[in-house]
Amino acid sequence: MERTIDCMGMACPLPVINAKKAIEAFTEDGTLHIRVDNETAVQNLIRLGEHNGFVVASAQNGDNAYTVTMAVVAGQAKGAQVPAEALSCAAPAKGGKVVVLSADTMGSGDEKLGKKLMKAFIFALTNQDEAPDKVICYNTGAFLTTRDADTVKDLKTLEAAGTTVMTCGTCLDFYGLKAELQVGIVSNMYDIVEAQMSAAQIIRP
Amino acid sequence: METNARLTRLAACAGCGAKVGAGTLAALLGDFRTRTDPNLIVGFDKSDDASVYVINDDTALIQTVDFFPPIVDDPYLFGQIAAANALSDVYAMGGEPRLALNVMCVTENMEEAWIRDILRGGYDKAYEAGAIISGGHTIRGSEPLYGLSVTGFARPSQIRRNDAARPGDVLILTKPLGVGILTTAAKADMTKPALMEKIYRQMTTLNRDTCRAMQRCRVHGCTDVTGFGLMGHGCEMAQGSGCTLHIQVDKVPFHTEALELADMGLVPAGAYRNRDFAEKSVEIRGDVSRAMQDILYDPQTSGGLLIAVDEGDGEALREEIPGAAIIGHVTEREDKALVLEAKP
Repeated sequence: MERTIDCMGMACPLPVINAKKAIEAFTEDGTLHIRVDNETAVQNLIRLGEHNGFVVASAQNGDNAYTVTMAVVAGQAKGAQVPAEALSCAAPAKGGKVVVLSADTMGSGDEKLGKKLMKAFIFALTNQDEAPDKVICYNTGAFLTTRDADTVKDLKTLEAAGTTVMTCGTCLDFYGLKAELQVGIVSNMYDIVEAQMSAAQIIRP
Repeated sequence: METNARLTRLAACAGCGAKVGAGTLAALLGDFRTRTDPNLIVGFDKSDDASVYVINDDTALIQTVDFFPPIVDDPYLFGQIAAANALSDVYAMGGEPRLALNVMCVTENMEEAWIRDILRGGYDKAYEAGAIISGGHTIRGSEPLYGLSVTGFARPSQIRRNDAARPGDVLILTKPLGVGILTTAAKADMTKPALMEKIYRQMTTLNRDTCRAMQRCRVHGCTDVTGFGLMGHGCEMAQGSGCTLHIQVDKVPFHTEALELADMGLVPAGAYRNRDFAEKSVEIRGDVSRAMQDILYDPQTSGGLLIAVDEGDGEALREEIPGAAIIGHVTEREDKALVLEAKP
């Protein structure tokens, strides 16, 4: 397996993040080439490779062009938040289905209709054979899990079926809803990103 | 999420020390014609934190300016950090800030609410510091920038220069290192929010109480540890003072999470620039890991003060400043300006 990723024009820490993702996607031993345009990225990529115990080499190809090459040993990546196979396109992810509710309405258009649709969507979720792994609510989605929202009951049904209902803490704060959460847990951007990164499927109504 | 401000996305070098290296600056300004004035007791030639002009026997004027691109996404937090960082230069000279001017650049795609929140952060910190923001200058550009130009005052006897450390002094560092690495990692969503909360609190904490505690002790030299890192600012202190700073690596306070992140390559460009500038002046005795060296060279934003204090007052001063540690001592000049001593 041999892969080249292009990180030209990227400032720190992007080349490292992209290379880390690429390393985690290796399902067999192979070679990863990373093209970058600055010395800092070269040094940081060498560190990343050595941190993982890989053999690393770098070469300058021009004035502002470098290639860092590492011999990737599959499954040896350290500090990975998910196993390598979870990030490979072919293999099923461990995260399962994640439903993202970024507003208290479904679709754009009339607000009343949008709210009605959202309630119906969440109700329909409770009738599926398999409950989603996670429901993430942010921005006005926070109104779905708080106060006397007519969606709280159905979300509690999902929770009882094993779904983790997460509401963005920043959003609860912003809308003054912190004390009024009725279902699920308060979450943060770290968890929200991680849940979506490791999801097998993301569903956005 | 869509409406949440992600200020760092608007900056090319977010999370990196954006500061131009000390060596580059010195070379740029090398041969300009400048006037001299005996009342200007600290000027550019001193590589200190701020300029100091003695007005009369009772009053010295301290002037400084500092601004940078967003290192955090939240506008209000960015405003507070940028202001605390700018005000710090006055505290590092031993003064109290009195007047400040906003220095700001906004981009086309910034919402008005973000701009107001950045400014509110600045005003809140200036208020806390007892300073008045009396104006400023805002332009449009391709990258957000914010900071303050600050004017402060001190009695001339209270001025604490960075070139006045004396052999026999002990060295105190008042805030833990690793902020540059951690903010770089935060941009990659590779840090825990609870840790970043701690880092943000540290960056918005004024060095005011530290400065006042310092005035009660026999402090000889002082500088704030910012863009050039502990090693860069330490080198400037050593070279200016004609001494050598000995730093005991195991005594230096730092955020341990930064070690592994550095090892993984989440090191800001500024740390490499700082190393290029200072490395030739540093002797390492014993084994100091590369990641630990990264932390020592890591550019800090709104960092703590590095204080050279009479040995007899060292322990008392350390006790007065929460989180401070005695990290080494000053000797007569040796071969190198800085000596890193690892525990054998």
